[in-house]
Amino acid sequence: MSDFSEELKGPVTDDEVETSVLTGAGMHFPWLQTYVETVAIGGKRKKDFAQTTSACLSFVQEALLKHQWQQAAEYMYSYFQTLEDSDSYKRQAAPEIIWKLGSEILFYHPKSNVETFNTFADRMKNVGVMNYLKISLQHALYLLHHGMLKDAKRNLSEAETWRHGENTSSRGILINLIQAYKGLLQYYTWSKKKMELSKLDKDDYAYNAVAQDVFNHSWKTSANISALIKIPGVWDPFVKSYVEMLEFYGDRDGAQEVLTNYAYDEKFPSNPNAHIYLYNFLKRQKAPRSKMISVLKILYQIVPSHKLMLEFHTLLRKSEKEEHHKLGLEVLFGVLDFAGCTKNITAWKYLAKCLKKTLMGNHLAWVQDEWNSRKNWWPNFHFSYFWAKSDWKEDTALACEKAFVAGLLLGKGCRYFRYILKQDHQILGKKIKRMKRSVKKYSIVNPRLSY
Amino acid sequence: MDLEEAEEFKERCSQCAAVSWGLTDEGKYYCTSCHNVTERSQEVINTDLIPNTQIKALNRGLKKKNNSEKGWDWYVCEGFQNILCQQAEALKNLGIGPELKNDVLHNFWKRYLQKSKQAYCKNPVYTTGRKPTVLEDNRSHSDWASEPELLSDVSCPPFLESGAESQSDIHTRKPFPVSKASQSETSVCSGSLDGVEYSQRKEKGIVKMTVPQTLAFCYLSLLWQREAITLSDLLRFVEEDHIPYINAFQHFPEQMKLYGRDRGIFGIESWPDYEDIYKKTIEVGTFLDLPRFPDITEDCYLHPNILCMKYLMEVNLPDEMHNLTCHVVKMTGMGEVDFLTFDPIAKMAKTVKYDVQAVAIIVVVLKLLFLLDDNLEWSLSNLAEKHNEKNKKDKPWFDFRKWYQIMKKAFDEKKQKWEEARAKYLWKSEKPLYYSFVDKPVAYKKREMVVNLQKQFSTLVDSTATAGKKSPSSFQFNWTEEDTDRTCFHGHSLQGVLKEKGQSLLTKNSLYWLSTQKFCRCYCTHVTTYEESNYSLSYQFILNLFSFLLRIKTSLLHEEVSLVEKKLFEKKYSVTKKKSRSKKARRH
Repeated sequence: MSDFSEELKGPVTDDEVETSVLTGAGMHFPWLQTYVETVAIGGKRKKDFAQTTSACLSFVQEALLKHQWQQAAEYMYSYFQTLEDSDSYKRQAAPEIIWKLGSEILFYHPKSNVETFNTFADRMKNVGVMNYLKISLQHALYLLHHGMLKDAKRNLSEAETWRHGENTSSRGILINLIQAYKGLLQYYTWSKKKMELSKLDKDDYAYNAVAQDVFNHSWKTSANISALIKIPGVWDPFVKSYVEMLEFYGDRDGAQEVLTNYAYDEKFPSNPNAHIYLYNFLKRQKAPRSKMISVLKILYQIVPSHKLMLEFHTLLRKSEKEEHHKLGLEVLFGVLDFAGCTKNITAWKYLAKCLKKTLMGNHLAWVQDEWNSRKNWWPNFHFSYFWAKSDWKEDTALACEKAFVAGLLLGKGCRYFRYILKQDHQILGKKIKRMKRSVKKYSIVNPRLSY
Repeated sequence: MDLEEAEEFKERCSQCAAVSWGLTDEGKYYCTSCHNVTERSQEVINTDLIPNTQIKALNRGLKKKNNSEKGWDWYVCEGFQNILCQQAEALKNLGIGPELKNDVLHNFWKRYLQKSKQAYCKNPVYTTGRKPTVLEDNRSHSDWASEPELLSDVSCPPFLESGAESQSDIHTRKPFPVSKASQSETSVCSGSLDGVEYSQRKEKGIVKMTVPQTLAFCYLSLLWQREAITLSDLLRFVEEDHIPYINAFQHFPEQMKLYGRDRGIFGIESWPDYEDIYKKTIEVGTFLDLPRFPDITEDCYLHPNILCMKYLMEVNLPDEMHNLTCHVVKMTGMGEVDFLTFDPIAKMAKTVKYDVQAVAIIVVVLKLLFLLDDNLEWSLSNLAEKHNEKNKKDKPWFDFRKWYQIMKKAFDEKKQKWEEARAKYLWKSEKPLYYSFVDKPVAYKKREMVVNLQKQFSTLVDSTATAGKKSPSSFQFNWTEEDTDRTCFHGHSLQGVLKEKGQSLLTKNSLYWLSTQKFCRCYCTHVTTYEESNYSLSYQFILNLFSFLLRIKTSLLHEEVSLVEKKLFEKKYSVTKKKSRSKKARRH
């Protein structure tokens, strides 16, 4: 396999005016590039080589878009020549483009197979060494996709030990990522072994050997993953498996620390899963309610429609603090703002109960706070005649809960409420009557009556 | 002299297929165009036949190897000579007579070398650090001095310019500071001996040789021979790879190494541009101080009457239109010999863009017949359609709409194919160009990598899709009567758009609009720029169609159309600049 390492040392002195717009942190702006280019050549005609290769690139992209793998391969054949472009900016950008498009073609092309993909990946790794790690990683993912775990692992190990030139920060992250993927693969084997172990009897002669194996694996894996998850980023699968192993060996503090760090470190991007993991962990650990509430409070701010919000509501309801009760109401309103939750019977049931309780507790202001911003659109969104009809048809229980809420919020004159009352259901008859009474008593539309 | 000696050896060179042999001083034949040395040696070695031993030494110097890596010593102009030779050979394969290469181009080139003081003169520019040994004595028995006799056969070995090597007086003359210092230093920066110096040379009044310039030489020779190839044809053949141009250097002999500055001189990454080569042709013609070219008469391919016929056929227009184009040619005087013939020594050297002009004439005729205002052409088409439906047996009237529909489809397909072919074009040569020996392995590895990747992907490509390149043709469209999808309009009549008046025929359409209202007042021939959206859609389509055929910019054709109109309506231009009416009668 040939290597272009000399390229890095060799002088890059082209005759032509060369411009490359590279700003810090490895970012570049293609639009700025073309702008600078036209200034540099003083409005002169672009070389036909540049014109045809960029046309070629768009033909490749178009063919990929249309899933014409054969055509894409044809144009790709010509596009390879950008590797020899005399414009050093384009020459350096070429390997990555070629890798991305080429691997896409090879992934789908009917005549392609794992072998061709491997050859291509190995070649591209050595074109302009800068992409070695990235390509190795993607190559490994491709192998994983084809169920070739061993090859993937070998690939990652090779990449891990690869050394070339100076260490840069971007490479550091890549190395960590490669190690973490290796760790994930190890976790996978570990997890399989664990399953085996759980199936075995403790007295089985093989038990000890397997158990030993499980232990060894976990040690290697944790070392591989822990480095990555300290770097800010979204590392859900890694964190999850890492925590699982820590918990398995009883290192609860360690697990909690990892999760807390993952959820609360400000350098990490906002990630709802981080809070979900932490909450689930705390739940498993039977942590105090206040702690769990504080975790879910953050999740509520990020994803108010999350299904955990109903659990959050029950936690709040059980709390003694009054402000928690108010928040509980808010959370329910928040959940039902989302179209995906409109048919969630539990949410409606909770809301009906909560509203009644709140109104009975003389907290009309809380309800009005929530209602004011919604009274313009909820009637059409939830309580239209159409919904009344279709809800009743699909799920009478849901319709009843909704009708009760509608009655409380809009008064007994509202279409939804009236439609459900008229239905005269035999089993639900009693319930509906009770509902009618409550609505008369508590509805916020004529509050004076309730006093 | 060498060539004379080697004349009895008539075999083709194994490398470049030329029959042009010289003798080395070991008595072996070598090819003067590619420097390939054969194993054959002259059978009778007669020292009396070798008049100038100094030239022998010179040849040895040429092939002397500095070391095996660096290859031969060679000069930039030899590289261009090789390219010209390849191009001439290719033209010969296209059916051009051998005189073009052997006589015309050869002489133009020698004349260039002399005018640019690279050879055949007393003080060649090259001889920095070399003794200026040029054949003063030889000039007497060559008829080179008698200039107008261009076609006379001057047999000189083409490599005289290299001068004999003599390291002794390196320090005696230093007109060019870069090349002098030492032989080894220059060869770091270029494979040729004078690459560095050449790329820096800027001498006033001397036309420097470039790769596009080789095409100017080719075109000049074609023009001299009055061959049936227009400039746009020539450039199209270059684009279709029938004539060596891009990467022509890869066919240099093995021992002529290129790197460093040679890359900038011989590496080409653009196809030739019509206007550029046109300008260069005039430039070279003037620089060479060539006499008036042979007359372009009515029986020449380049005469507008013949070219118009050709282009009418190409774009599937009725043959009857030819009468009208001939009439326009006559009225405008564009068929005159003096107008058409290139005369570089005339006060204002200019040649005619024969192909563009012929096409412009057709556009003008189309405007005369159909007005092309997005209105009249369609109502005339309605008439023609009705007439054709009623009289199915008669010769059909030309239906502009039908023609447009067929041409639009054919044109779009052709253009799409052309764009795809361009996008697939492989620019890089098998012989990579590098800057220095340090870069060499990198360049070669990169090449290898590209070849490997291409090999891999070629297995994924449908083999039937990549058929070999098409054979060269001066026609791009093919219209035959048999093809039912693509109606052939050649035999259609123009009766629907002409009307009789006494003995003459008038165009039914009596209106005309000028492509350009105003010309620059200054001396330049610039016409107001072509802003597409200002013109009717039919006019745009026709310009696009023709400019695609010639591979030129639409604005260039528009300009030419305006120039033809200027000649046709000269009086109207001077009197009124408003819409001019044209009533042109034509005897039938």
